[in-house]
Amino acid sequence: MLRDSLILAKRSVVKMVRNPEQFIDVTLQPIILTVVFVFIFGGAIAGSTGAYVEFALPGIIVQTIMFTSLTIGVNLNTDIQKGIFDRFRSLPIARSAPLFGAVLGDIVRHSIAITVTLVFGAIIGFEFNTPWWHVVVAILLIIAFAVSLCWVSVLIGMLARSAGAVQGLSFLIVFPLTFGSSTFVPADTLPTWLQGWVTINPVTHVIESMRGLLTGSTGVVGDTTTGQVLWVLASCVVLVGVFFPLATWAYRRKV
Amino acid sequence: MTAAIEAHGLIKRFGKTTALNGIDLEVEEGRVLGVLGPNGAGKTTAVRILATLLKPDGGRASIGGLDVVHDATAVRRRIGLTGQFASIDEDLTGMQNLVMIGQLLHLSTRQAKVRAAELLAEFDLTDAAGRLAKTYSGGMRRRLDLSASLIGRPSVVYLDEPTTGLDPAKRDDVWDMIRTLVAQGTTILLTTQYLEEADALANEITVIDHGTIIAHDTPRGLKRQVGGQTLEVRPNDAASLPRVRELLTRFGTREPDQPAPDLLSVPVVDESALTDVVAALAAERISVSELSLRLPSLDEVFYSLTGQNKKEVA
Ligand SMILES: Nc1ncnc2c1ncn2[C@@H]1O[C@H](COP(=O)(O)OP(=O)(O)OP(=O)(O)O)[C@@H](O)[C@H]1O
Ligand SMILES: [Mg+2]
Repeated sequence: MLRDSLILAKRSVVKMVRNPEQFIDVTLQPIILTVVFVFIFGGAIAGSTGAYVEFALPGIIVQTIMFTSLTIGVNLNTDIQKGIFDRFRSLPIARSAPLFGAVLGDIVRHSIAITVTLVFGAIIGFEFNTPWWHVVVAILLIIAFAVSLCWVSVLIGMLARSAGAVQGLSFLIVFPLTFGSSTFVPADTLPTWLQGWVTINPVTHVIESMRGLLTGSTGVVGDTTTGQVLWVLASCVVLVGVFFPLATWAYRRKV
Repeated sequence: MTAAIEAHGLIKRFGKTTALNGIDLEVEEGRVLGVLGPNGAGKTTAVRILATLLKPDGGRASIGGLDVVHDATAVRRRIGLTGQFASIDEDLTGMQNLVMIGQLLHLSTRQAKVRAAELLAEFDLTDAAGRLAKTYSGGMRRRLDLSASLIGRPSVVYLDEPTTGLDPAKRDDVWDMIRTLVAQGTTILLTTQYLEEADALANEITVIDHGTIIAHDTPRGLKRQVGGQTLEVRPNDAASLPRVRELLTRFGTREPDQPAPDLLSVPVVDESALTDVVAALAAERISVSELSLRLPSLDEVFYSLTGQNKKEVA
């Protein structure tokens, strides 16, 4: 099954490279976001662009990964609509191979996006003030979170009628998660009613963990970096515990 | 000996629609079964069940003695499916599509490439091998899909309306391809809406409508049952129409019809009528712009099998 999944993962990577739109999503888009936030809003929000890149870059990584991890549902839905799954299902491969292949392909996608953003960040002045292994932990943590979150998208992809509907529903989920967090502005500058949500939003903890691990700053929401990381791991467990069974159930029903 | 394809009492419902209402099929190894039926007859549903893509609600089916529900993986090792709608990845090239499937069938990358190149050549796609499949024409997609289903050299092949949408030359290519497969001993189940196609390729024909079998026979038997062929003649000169009419009355089984102002047609007993008419026309020096022996259309088949016109479903 692993072999089949790897072959199918390769398919999704080849497709991404061949398909400019999807490739831009993980390369150009984080760069543009960084430029926009750091150079255009940076001065206004943090006083200087140098200080803001330290603050914003972890958030940009998280946001990019969030959006990328929700495209899996769109892609699976499209594959089913277009009949490619009929081909897979008429082959003697594990039923779950196309699903796990897509997840593995996404991990490659995430790695590209993270690398591009970190390298670009370093070029424009992002300073890693932490030991190298903190950076490694940060990368693994964000990928773990993305892989946990992708089951939500798989579930939507299996239940929604069209790829367009999957996209729409996914955005409904991503927007409050990313914008209702401390991605772009410190949590204590937000109105009180929003702060309540921001504090419990797992994405806030992902971002604070990333900030702690990449820049050494301690989060605004309180906790130490270790505390934040534990928070994230706990939300991964909850996401997987709830959505993995639902997603695989929906997948088996359909495939 | 177990049949290559065997199905008993297949039933499949989709909500209120009964797509299959007790279908029996049997195909001996190395033979070709043509499944003929109009839109919505249940052809695709039957193929999908036999290809393990759908579970039947009733009845059972086996491929080479292996049950399509319980031994699905083993069945998948033997079958190749060319669905009604091409199941290829449009964002990959033709070559990448076939290599991927080869690898999924546990060929090494090199073997998969060799096999892919072989099939691309066979289906006249070598020049397009490096292009994304989304740039392919409808006919090219069909042929790529057909190649995809043959990579693992399956012993049973399902072809769901393989020539719908192909131009006559490409249709003939697909027919030749099917004949090659048969010569190699492949068992084939072919669905079609054209009696002509079933007649050209199949050893036996099953006619289905509304999920039930309404006839099963050899092509010859079926043609006899539905009234055989029609001879059509279009003389160059309208002045010779009366003379042609007399000739056709002599060789046909009844008075000729005039479907178009310059066209006469008459049902005939068998192919030999064609030679007779050609000889008679030549003897009288009547030149014609069209002379053809036509099989009954699906409409006419249904008309004679069920005694009612099926125009509304066709
Ligand atoms: N997934 C489905 N959901 C609901 N109804 C379906 C489904 N698949 C098929 N049907 C219905 O089952 C019946 C048989 O469909 P099927 O596709 O097998 O016909 P067909 O003979 O292949 O027709 P065509 O020549 O148009 O391809 C039709 O009435 C169709 O509407
Ligand atoms: Mg069909």
